[in-house]
Amino acid sequence: MAAALQTEKLCKSFGALTVADQIDFRLEPGARHALIGPNGAGKTTFVNMLAGRLRPSSGAILLDGEDVTALAQDARVKRGLGRTFQINSLFGALSVLDNVALGIAERRGVAGRMWRRAGAYREVRDEAMEVLAGLELAADAAQRVRELPYGKQRLVEIAIALGLRPRVLLLDEPAAGVPSQESQRILELLRALPAEVAILIIEHDMGIVFSFAQRITVLVRGQVLCEGPPDAIAADARVHEVYLGDADA
Amino acid sequence: MEAFAASLLGIAFHGVAYGMILYAISVGLSVTMGLMGFINLAHGVFAMAGGYLMVTAMAKFGLPWLPALALASAAVGLGSMVLERALYARLYRAGELEQVLFTIGLIFIAVAVARLAYGPLPQAAPLPEYMKGHLEAGGRVFPVYRAVVIGSSAVLIAVLWLGLERTRWGAMVRAAVDNGPMAESVGIDTGRLFTLTFALGSALAAFGGALGADLIAITPTYPFEQLVYFLIVVSIGGLGTLRGPFLGALLIGIGDTACKYWVPQFGSFFIYAATMALLLWRPRGLLGRA
Amino acid sequence: MPAESPTAIGYASAPGLRAVEFLPWALALAVYFAAPTYVPLGAYILIICLFALSLDLVVGYGGIVTLGHSAYFGLGAYVAGVLAVRLEGDPLIGLAVAALAAGLFGLATGAVVLRTSGLALLMLTLAIVSIVFEVANKWTEVTGGADGLNNVPVKPILGVFEFDFHGRTAYLYCLAVLAAGWWLVRTIVCSPFGVALTGARENDERMLAVGAPVYRRRLRAYTISAALAGVAGALLTQTTQFVGLSAVSFELSGEILVMLVLGGTGRLYGAFVGPLAYIVARDYLAKQTPEYWYMGIGVLLVLIVLFARGGILGVIDKWLQLYKQKSSARASAR
Repeated sequence: MAAALQTEKLCKSFGALTVADQIDFRLEPGARHALIGPNGAGKTTFVNMLAGRLRPSSGAILLDGEDVTALAQDARVKRGLGRTFQINSLFGALSVLDNVALGIAERRGVAGRMWRRAGAYREVRDEAMEVLAGLELAADAAQRVRELPYGKQRLVEIAIALGLRPRVLLLDEPAAGVPSQESQRILELLRALPAEVAILIIEHDMGIVFSFAQRITVLVRGQVLCEGPPDAIAADARVHEVYLGDADA
Repeated sequence: MEAFAASLLGIAFHGVAYGMILYAISVGLSVTMGLMGFINLAHGVFAMAGGYLMVTAMAKFGLPWLPALALASAAVGLGSMVLERALYARLYRAGELEQVLFTIGLIFIAVAVARLAYGPLPQAAPLPEYMKGHLEAGGRVFPVYRAVVIGSSAVLIAVLWLGLERTRWGAMVRAAVDNGPMAESVGIDTGRLFTLTFALGSALAAFGGALGADLIAITPTYPFEQLVYFLIVVSIGGLGTLRGPFLGALLIGIGDTACKYWVPQFGSFFIYAATMALLLWRPRGLLGRA
Repeated sequence: MPAESPTAIGYASAPGLRAVEFLPWALALAVYFAAPTYVPLGAYILIICLFALSLDLVVGYGGIVTLGHSAYFGLGAYVAGVLAVRLEGDPLIGLAVAALAAGLFGLATGAVVLRTSGLALLMLTLAIVSIVFEVANKWTEVTGGADGLNNVPVKPILGVFEFDFHGRTAYLYCLAVLAAGWWLVRTIVCSPFGVALTGARENDERMLAVGAPVYRRRLRAYTISAALAGVAGALLTQTTQFVGLSAVSFELSGEILVMLVLGGTGRLYGAFVGPLAYIVARDYLAKQTPEYWYMGIGVLLVLIVLFARGGILGVIDKWLQLYKQKSSARASAR
């Protein structure tokens, strides 16, 4: 069975600095996969390459079996890839509804239409409201997104990606910068995501990682250190040494 | 063939002089843009101010050439510091449109003030008697003035380049251009650094404007008319470097002189077209950071 | 520069025109009937409003800062002039050809310019307008060079409406074309395409990450804008029967940007308010001492950037908000 997302010997160097070193990675359909590693391990770089924001120096990226290494970001989105950003990347002056509606309109192929009022596209608006309702943001739909508190903005960040109905979802530290009760909400939200979507999440919050992930990949200095189910990773001495900081071997 | 070689030499000579002036004026713009990422379209105002102040210093106060030049440059440098602290510093985080509008506003004000103070006609370039003659070298005649331009600019450039390589100020500038937030975190006061660099860049522009008054006429609309050239020099050379605009200035200086001499019916067309082509090939300029 | 309130455009917008949107047209008609001496100036203002509208599509909604838009205005002006002088003086045909020429040129230059950003983009737009200026300046046989083209013949519109000496026909002509242009831009801006364009202005990285072909969308907006600017230029040639280098100058590019910002970018009506305020004020104030006028505009620009980024409409918006807050505070206090 083809992996939902796969990389083969993926490499990235900036001059003499290697940030990704022969990374082989598989994300299965319906996966709940976490990518962890110390700061500077190259996790965000890796996700940026998966999403198409950064061009790899060598290696291949396959989405659902198709080689997408040369494809631009928007083309990959059209093939079912969605992502969120580590730092909120929203459409500040637009309303929460429009933030989510933009992606939905793209998916439905109506975003390029010029001759009818946007408000006439009821299906887009209704679907956006549905997504917002699922995150308990419906009441804020008309608010300008930059006027929302950071925690709610983080939810909008995820809502935008959800509106794309991706088959592969890349979440870059979804709970980053969010107060602890809100991060509970995010964890519940993650658990409630459709089972068919393959999810890769980068996280530092080990609580979320270990309660959400069924598989964990540990990235250190651009290389995959090890990969496996949570208990195997938790027990792995190398991981302890390098990352979890346990003095005991 | 003789005539062709002679005209080639003449073009080179004039082109290099013109290029040197363009460099003196534009280098400050390149460094400050690379340093603070601020699009300062009003940079030509400093060059113009240098020219006008020198004219005033010589005509009204009877100062000789060199002191007047030094005084004009210093005055503009100091004045620009005030401007930077009071106004520019508020807009470093602002968007591109704001920066463009703000600096256009400054140009409008400067142009109006210049016209009110000095009238709409170009200023007679204030040259001392000993510069008005000609030199003989290799059977060709060269205007002394242009030789002085090339000579003094060369000295200035050497001082500048040494300064950037050898002094602490230079090291700080290079660090801050390379990585602003990092520079801040190692304790470099980027605010003060920028004010100083801005002042230096403006003083250099004033120097170039005053020195080059015979090559680029000092008129009230100077900042508008010459803006394109300064921006071309900076963008094809590359931001934030000293060598980039040097290359750009020489290319434009010689190129424009050559075009105006050989194909005057096209005017500056080739310069603009070449700039476009170059920017498409290398949007960061020839020596800019990739 | 911020856009209007979130519900005016977007997927939650209500249909129909708000009452206040009839104001500009009412004003325009009032001038026609009640102030005939101002009609020629009024026609000029209408043309500049159309030009500003085209610029707002690119700068206000597209977020693309250009100093070269008069390249398209000037191209349209010269094309209409040369066409009328050499071939066919029918004004509507002139408009169509100017729109086509400016649009094609906009497509070609936009394809190139929109691949860059920041200083490189600004520089390219400057280079383009400089090139068009140089061509107009040097190609004397066709463009008249520094003297321009005089006595451009203009046939009656649709063969019926002759241009009179009082400028009344010209005024209504410009008003009709402006109305058409306004309707076009308003439709575009309120459509899904318009929302996507605004999205790209706000955050083009994110737009790519939701699958939007940002470059192609921007190019479309840029091309339409160039065509509109060309139409405005053609109008100027036809109503003044003259076209000269000022139509294709960098100064005009700067001025139109200033006028738009004065009115307020990204608000559609800033393109009406700005030119009106600027040109009327200039007509009164600049006659005696143009230097003080430029100084005043310079100071105004600096003040706008520092304190009133939304321009005149932005200031009005703020006052309205304050007023609403005060009256609802009063209402809840009762």
